[in-house]
Amino acid sequence: MQTAITILLDGLVFSSYLFIVSVGLTVIFGVMKILNVTHGSFYAWGAYAAAFLIGVAFDAGWPDWLGFVAIFAAAIAVGLVLGLILERGILRFMYHRDEVLIVLATFGTFLVLEDVILLVFGVDPYFAYQPMMLLGASEIGGVSRDNYSLSLIALALVVALVCWLGLVKTRWGKILRAVIFDREMAESMGINVTMVYIVTFVIGAMLGALGGAYISPTVSVAPGFGIDVIVLSFAVVVIGGMGSIPGAIIGALAVGLSRALAVHEAPQLELFVIYAVMAVVLVFRPEGLFAPAKPRKI
Amino acid sequence: MNHVKWLIGGLAASAMALAASAGVAQDKTVKMSVVSFLSGPGAGPFGVPGRNGAELIIAAINAGQLPAPYDKPGLAGAMIDVEYVDESGGNTKVVAEYRNMVQKRGADVVVGYVSSGSCAALAPVIDELKKLTVLAVCGTPRIFEESDRTHVFRTMGHATGDNVAAAHYVKEKFPDVKKYVGINQNYAWGQDSWRDFDLGMKALVEGATPSDKVQWPKLFQGQYGTEISALLLDDAQLIHSSFWDGDLESFIFQGTTRGIFQKKKVLMTVAGTAAYRLGKRMPEGIILGARGPYGVLVRDNDSPLNSWFVQAYFDRYGTYPSGPPYQYAQAILGLKAAYDKAGEAAGGFPTQDQVIAAFKGSTFESLAGTVKMALGNGHQAITENGYGITKYDADKGEVTVTDVKFYPAECVLPPAGTDSVSWIEGGMKGAKCN
Amino acid sequence: MWRDKTIVGLTIAAVVVVVVSFFLPSWLLNQALFGFARALAVLGLMVLWRTGLVSFGHALYFGGGAYAAALLSRYYEVTDFFVLLLAGMIATTFVGFVLGFIIRRYRDIFFAMLSLAFSMILYGVLVKTEVLGSTDGFAVSSPTFLFYAPEPGDEAKQALFVALVIAGWIAAVLVQMYLNSTLGRLTTAIRDNEIRVEYLGFSAEHAIHVKYVMSAALAGAGGAFMAMSLGQVDPDSMVNWTASGELVFVTILSGPGSVAAPFIGSLLFELLRTYAVEFLPHSWQIIVGATLLIVIFFLPGGVWSLLGRLRRAEG
Repeated sequence: MQTAITILLDGLVFSSYLFIVSVGLTVIFGVMKILNVTHGSFYAWGAYAAAFLIGVAFDAGWPDWLGFVAIFAAAIAVGLVLGLILERGILRFMYHRDEVLIVLATFGTFLVLEDVILLVFGVDPYFAYQPMMLLGASEIGGVSRDNYSLSLIALALVVALVCWLGLVKTRWGKILRAVIFDREMAESMGINVTMVYIVTFVIGAMLGALGGAYISPTVSVAPGFGIDVIVLSFAVVVIGGMGSIPGAIIGALAVGLSRALAVHEAPQLELFVIYAVMAVVLVFRPEGLFAPAKPRKI
Repeated sequence: MNHVKWLIGGLAASAMALAASAGVAQDKTVKMSVVSFLSGPGAGPFGVPGRNGAELIIAAINAGQLPAPYDKPGLAGAMIDVEYVDESGGNTKVVAEYRNMVQKRGADVVVGYVSSGSCAALAPVIDELKKLTVLAVCGTPRIFEESDRTHVFRTMGHATGDNVAAAHYVKEKFPDVKKYVGINQNYAWGQDSWRDFDLGMKALVEGATPSDKVQWPKLFQGQYGTEISALLLDDAQLIHSSFWDGDLESFIFQGTTRGIFQKKKVLMTVAGTAAYRLGKRMPEGIILGARGPYGVLVRDNDSPLNSWFVQAYFDRYGTYPSGPPYQYAQAILGLKAAYDKAGEAAGGFPTQDQVIAAFKGSTFESLAGTVKMALGNGHQAITENGYGITKYDADKGEVTVTDVKFYPAECVLPPAGTDSVSWIEGGMKGAKCN
Repeated sequence: MWRDKTIVGLTIAAVVVVVVSFFLPSWLLNQALFGFARALAVLGLMVLWRTGLVSFGHALYFGGGAYAAALLSRYYEVTDFFVLLLAGMIATTFVGFVLGFIIRRYRDIFFAMLSLAFSMILYGVLVKTEVLGSTDGFAVSSPTFLFYAPEPGDEAKQALFVALVIAGWIAAVLVQMYLNSTLGRLTTAIRDNEIRVEYLGFSAEHAIHVKYVMSAALAGAGGAFMAMSLGQVDPDSMVNWTASGELVFVTILSGPGSVAAPFIGSLLFELLRTYAVEFLPHSWQIIVGATLLIVIFFLPGGVWSLLGRLRRAEG
């Protein structure tokens, strides 16, 4: 029983983390049909920026809660700057090209951004443990937990809720759905698709950066930070259905829970299960578990 | 003020020039490639400090500023011309880059390598290219136990010493510990470390049993939330870990919040590298190793070489040297001893074969202890190995270690001609522990 | 066969390369070994690319071939070049044949993702299994050739290179003949309009399956050569998704213009990486990434089209 609770909770924490890091990827794919490898860069840059800002805040002796402000500020700043530069500087010239070629262009950009991190932040790891220490620990099911990780679950819920409300309840959401459903039609109805693309990409970038920024207090932020996250979030998004937000939730839960089970019960299978789930889903439901409607197939 | 600086600079330069011209072959240089992690998660705690240690000792050797017995400038009089090379990118890239270093850029000698993966991959290539190479840090015992090597040397003890010493230390200081679990990275270093510790505990402590939930996360995984839960749920009293690099620090942060260091005894064979970097975030009560007489365990050792090194390193880099600077410096000191000895015997600048002959089976003074090239047909060093317990000294604002205990090299490493596993399994015959 | 100008050109080039290789410094010969070994895999990817399919998981076959050869060498002490090469090819051909039944139904991004998932499964297994070498991989002994056992080192490298050029020549000629066959000519047709191909009475899925198995076999051979040239296999540089990305990168760099392009592109890639690491150790990924972007933006036909342009400018 105790083990079951622990596995469930570990799985939930990891799922929440996965959801936060992959929701941006699915948003961008849903609207723009771009499988964005630079998502890993957003994640890494978010983590570096947050760790850097938290360090500055604590060195200056500012109040502790500012560490949390720093996390969100870092995510927004990185999303804005990198999102705008990449969309305006590279991607907009690619929209008429083959979608696989666009993936490659983002891969090239990812490689470049990896080394720019080294040039900007150096090779030394950054520590920004203060927010994690601040929240302390609590005991659940006989196992001590750090509250910071538990707060990931809350953050995931908030992000999911905001995305859902934004998409369903606002005017912007309607426009977005129109573009997703049929780009040409939306354009002929007078929707400024260019603007929609810019905003979507920047939001996706912010979400990616938020994932890295929020996780940065629990790890040492070091070069190469974004590499593994790319395939991991690909797996989540593919399992749930590329472009679907409920799909990202399901995908995150599937990967998170099966990995937690593996770590506790069969540690050797830990990496294997993630991609096995991905392959099985792709084989039996190529469009993913929650595929959005696909009206155009000529 | 400025004039004084210029004057001192000028004096130093002319002193160096003088020192150089006093050498046996002042026009001769030794092209040395020093390899360590300059990027990636291994760079901060290991690669860059290691390179710094090499940089410091090379500058001192070229200038002839080291205390005796290394006070003659150069390697057998030849100045060292050094390039620093990045080790990251996977074994395949490491091998390809080694070939470039030797065949394209014409290195005379290669020093370095942090990861056991790099060393295991390189060993056969080194002998194929027949280029003198000194492994500085990597720990897997397999290098010299799998086959005889001709051109590879390793100037520090291998993982068996770390983990057998750990078992001795646990037995001596924590006799109640019977059940233990481990979290180790899933590659040669982690696997060998756990295997030797496990065997060592079984050989030394009556009734010792490992848990069946030993964790093997991937190298550079970074997040250990689930693994820490599994360790907390386990009923083992002690956790063994050979984590190093960024993983070590991430694990300490995540574990501290969840109180793992209060609830379990945690033994970390390489925790020495984190002591200065983490400062007061370093949990108290960790059983800390440094893989031999290095770093925080020997900071107060007052041999002239050690005092010089600690002070010079602090002056240059603003922090005390952890293990890797010691280990890189030691590799280069070993080389210098071999070059100087071979040069003296040859009456001029020695050939590579003469250096290798002088290096084989030699004994040299390192910063804080004596190194004997006793294993692997004279290619593998043995040194003493020890542990201590971390304690934060609030007055000085730094991490210190208490209860430091060193075990002699012959106690924790197998005698020549025996491989580690069968030696430990056979009850460590011939171990001299007093 | 000899009426095809490409094949004549390939033959002359192969002979010249073999002769030149005897005068190359060892580091350059090594680069050529790595480059041509990778080129075999890229040749297969190029055939797929002409069909409009890009695989983000061919490291499954490249690494698979390398590991098949390496495992034989480690556990059965096989050193014979022909056995190791065949082992790599047979293993990957078989896996490609089986997976082909599934993957041939997929197109575009789904094809890319499913290949990625398959290759990451192999990665997950390798990294976590100690007998398979986990993160370290293991060493591969220097190859022997039937009754000829060259001295490990330069002599073995030279022998291996000659074998590699012959294998590369055979592969390139076969692919060229295939592309000129009826089934082969469907390659671009499938990319342009699959439904029309079906109306012509051909099965697009069947054609894709054939190409997929072909690319798997070629990648397996390339991997086996890579293992023997390096003397080392490891999951991170051979099976991880970044290795697949590298293969696709070289495919784009080479361009789809000719079966000779992969060999030129791969060699260029090796040199690019070597010099980038040497001169800008902290920024070599910037150079590699920027090259990829430049090729995508300004050189959609890859370096091969650049050669064509030069030729036209001269003529």
